[in-house]
Amino acid sequence: MKLPYVEYEAPTTVAEAIDLLAEHLDQASVLAGGQSLIPLLALRLARPAVLIDINGIDELSGVSATDGWVAIGAMTREYVAEKSESVADTVPLLAAALPLIGHEAIRSRGTIGGSLAHADPAAELPAVARALDAEFVVRGQSGERVVPAAQWFEGYLTTSRRPDELLLEVRFPTARRGTGISFQEVARRHGDFAIVGLAASLVFSGGVISDARLAFAGISDMPVRAAAAEDLLVGERPSTELFDEAARRATGDVDPPADLHGSSDYRNTVAAVMVRRGLRAAADNARERQ
Amino acid sequence: MVDITLRVNGATCTGSPEARKTLADFLRDDLNLTGTHVGCEHGVCGACTVIVDGRAVRSCLMLAVQAADSEVTTIEGLAPDGGLGTVQQAMWDSHSFQCGFCTPGFVMQAVAFLSDHPDAGEQQIREALSGNICRCTGYQSIIDGVLLAAERSRKR
Repeated sequence: MKLPYVEYEAPTTVAEAIDLLAEHLDQASVLAGGQSLIPLLALRLARPAVLIDINGIDELSGVSATDGWVAIGAMTREYVAEKSESVADTVPLLAAALPLIGHEAIRSRGTIGGSLAHADPAAELPAVARALDAEFVVRGQSGERVVPAAQWFEGYLTTSRRPDELLLEVRFPTARRGTGISFQEVARRHGDFAIVGLAASLVFSGGVISDARLAFAGISDMPVRAAAAEDLLVGERPSTELFDEAARRATGDVDPPADLHGSSDYRNTVAAVMVRRGLRAAADNARERQ
Repeated sequence: MVDITLRVNGATCTGSPEARKTLADFLRDDLNLTGTHVGCEHGVCGACTVIVDGRAVRSCLMLAVQAADSEVTTIEGLAPDGGLGTVQQAMWDSHSFQCGFCTPGFVMQAVAFLSDHPDAGEQQIREALSGNICRCTGYQSIIDGVLLAAERSRKR
């Protein structure tokens, strides 16, 4: 369908955008890449009075590395992050997930901040952010705050961004020595939303797993960590038996949603397979990256 | 209404679309470039794919006002002399069309992809075209056509 009538503002600075958000609050939608928001408008699932288009705000784009963190501006296009050597070198889990987002043409426009602010529970980037404990920098008229990923995602398409706040950048911790990563997903076609996805990151020191991070996409109303499996893995050496047990613990108490792509039981079974494959691949990746 | 100026197929164009008008509708209704096809109107089918500043984009998921000051190429811009472009000719030779509705989107996506990945093989081409839907299901001949175009481009 054609888009419904909507007012349009195109600020060119963060300050202007924040003033507009303060004026319109939840009557406004922030338009970044538009790859989710424009379909929501076309389908009348979102009916904002005003679109605040942040595509003209140059200061919101770019990838910068600081001590231990890589900061990605909210308006950074997915294809730009996908081609970024800095991202590939320092946040390999993010680099592995980026090519799986949508299709070529979607990543031409889609943005890192847009996907994470939209917070689709089946999308790749929320799972990566949750796995790595990314930090979200938001600013409103009352100031700036930094929200950890564990508090950013609140439910289906819902984050803790307040209506007067703009997401400025997302910070990902750089991978430590000994890290191995894998992003696994099962989808009907390449580029479709994951039926189940898994972001996995392991850190090895002296052959022993010293840090384990597993975050699922597609099994709940937001990305979820598999804490019980992570606890099991830390302090152990990789083995088939260990990864099998991790898969059992990761999926023991989850109750995934059912839809026409798969029943709850099916998703649960796939989730266990993703854990086994993801852990094996992450362990292999750690060896390759040495 | 927002006044915009942009380059479309090498020519400077101006317009005053409503903010809610998509680039696809602007190209078709305001510029009479009806080669860009509108299928699903919510970013699923890929029929409306055009090239904006060198990247394939879905023109139904971009507002016309967002294309201000951009360089847009549509299917009409691929063969300015009235002949066929490399991808178009190779797809013609490979019988890559049935009804033809999805064709402009496939062609634009293939042109953008091959310009970035001239050495692409079949698997990469399949992935690159995975966002375009052909309801006649003529996918195999489409892949054949794009592979042939890649081969011919490399020989030049």
